[in-house]
Amino acid sequence: MGRLLNEHFPLIAIAPLVVALLVLTLYPAVQLVRMAFSDVGLVSGGTTWTFVGLDHLRTLIGDRVARIAFTNTLIFTVVVVPIEAVLGLLLAYLVNQTRTLGTFYKTVFIVPLLLPPIAIGALWRLMLDYNYGVVNQALLAFGIGGPPWLASPSLALPMVMLVDVWHWTSFMFLIFLAGVSSIPIELGEAAEVDGASPWQVFRDVVLPILKPTIVVALMMRTILAFKVFDVPYLLTGGGPGTATEMINIYIEKVFFQQFRVGYGGMLTLLTALILSTFVIVYQQLSRRVEAEA
Amino acid sequence: MRLRAGPLVRHGVLMSAVLITLLPIVFTAFTSFKFRRDIISGRFFDFERTLVNYERLFEGSRAVFGQLTVNSLIAGIGSTLLVLFIASLGAYTLSRFRWPKRVSALILGWLLFVYMLPPITFAGPFYLIARQIGLFDTPAVLVIAHSVLTLPFAVWLLQSFFAEIPRELEEAASLDGCSRAGTFWRVALPITLPGLYATAILTFVFSWKDFLFALVLTSTPRGGTIPIGIASFVQEWDLRYGEMAAATMLAAIPAIILVLFAQRHIIKGMTMGAVKG
Repeated sequence: MGRLLNEHFPLIAIAPLVVALLVLTLYPAVQLVRMAFSDVGLVSGGTTWTFVGLDHLRTLIGDRVARIAFTNTLIFTVVVVPIEAVLGLLLAYLVNQTRTLGTFYKTVFIVPLLLPPIAIGALWRLMLDYNYGVVNQALLAFGIGGPPWLASPSLALPMVMLVDVWHWTSFMFLIFLAGVSSIPIELGEAAEVDGASPWQVFRDVVLPILKPTIVVALMMRTILAFKVFDVPYLLTGGGPGTATEMINIYIEKVFFQQFRVGYGGMLTLLTALILSTFVIVYQQLSRRVEAEA
Repeated sequence: MRLRAGPLVRHGVLMSAVLITLLPIVFTAFTSFKFRRDIISGRFFDFERTLVNYERLFEGSRAVFGQLTVNSLIAGIGSTLLVLFIASLGAYTLSRFRWPKRVSALILGWLLFVYMLPPITFAGPFYLIARQIGLFDTPAVLVIAHSVLTLPFAVWLLQSFFAEIPRELEEAASLDGCSRAGTFWRVALPITLPGLYATAILTFVFSWKDFLFALVLTSTPRGGTIPIGIASFVQEWDLRYGEMAAATMLAAIPAIILVLFAQRHIIKGMTMGAVKG
């Protein structure tokens, strides 16, 4: 028994992982593909499957809300990722230069990453409440009647973005902190002795060294931004109308509120395909950047 | 040196960022200790303190947060133990034994792929499977779902920790008559303790933060978690501000504890995970 375990230890040790991956990721992935081309009926204790070919793809092409959801997610991603990158880099750069209070700053800046996103949604839902939120009450103290931040079609998406920046800048901060702290201080000091201004040091010394880190951070964050769900779900539920409708929120509605399991599967499959394409492009790109560095 | 004005500006910017980060949490903490009348009249600081909002979460016939907290803890601790078991064994063998290149590349590549996919990819299939095997609306289904969510991250993270162990140490152990399993248990795991801490903390946090799987795989407080309870406040016509704030603070407790006591592990784990993943 003991000898058998010893001989086959690598196989035995990796078995749980392989089984978990087969049963809990590969099988569901196959199910998802099957779903996308079927009508799935939910009956008590089971499901009925009918193959429908490309019907769901046709529905998708004519689905106006799906198009809006994809567009919104794209706009959302394109706006928040660069803002979070710039703010995260700024904070990381500054924290790296301080000797006093450095730990304090680091501790505070990772707090948003540890909070449940639904709680972050709730924090801001309470603060931005039209009647009793602290924002509008503060504005009222100055005689200004605040707008319905989350119920206005033109303000809802910018508010969702604002909360996202509050939430995810900490992620960029962490990645950039690792990057910035690996740069030897002497490099910047040498440039200063040569008469370079702090801005020139940052632009000509720090930025070029950080280029690979920046590429990784932007790509990672873009992939994560595509997964956005909890915060807009709580803040706006995708509304008003379709103003903040996002892919994942729409899929959840199709799937679990309208119970169109097959069509939900097709939407999910398409999202997964878009992201996979992005990941492949990302891996090629990061390989090239690494080769350059 | 022109940089002398620097520290003042630097701490000014950083302190503003600290304020922006903490103020929403502080305001919500205050709201959670207020009576409804003080919330409505907009008293920021000079309000009468009360615990009534917290009491309402846990006491009374309609109070569900006791059950939700228990479920959140079961899902968090259960998935952490399951992930530590599967991932430490898997990561150790992948980084320590010579596998055919194709096998290890396939497993690690698939893990990375799963990690990149939006969790909603698994929500639909999991829902059907959970109904089929009768685990729908139980904490057990969340233990499994959350494990899948964090397994890729955990394997990658632990693998990079195991890779740092000097090989001579293990060779010495096997010369001393230690079996392979014994080497793993008595040599590799103890050295990797910081990595295991980081993995455990982050797995628990992932599980505690999850909303999507709890939303999709449970339907009543029997299986629901704290985020479900928070979200249900929004669906009511009359927003119960005080209780919603109290529930939000309840959800924030692990974050506050961890950031105070395990900040170093979190930063190390998250940075390694983010950069490698």
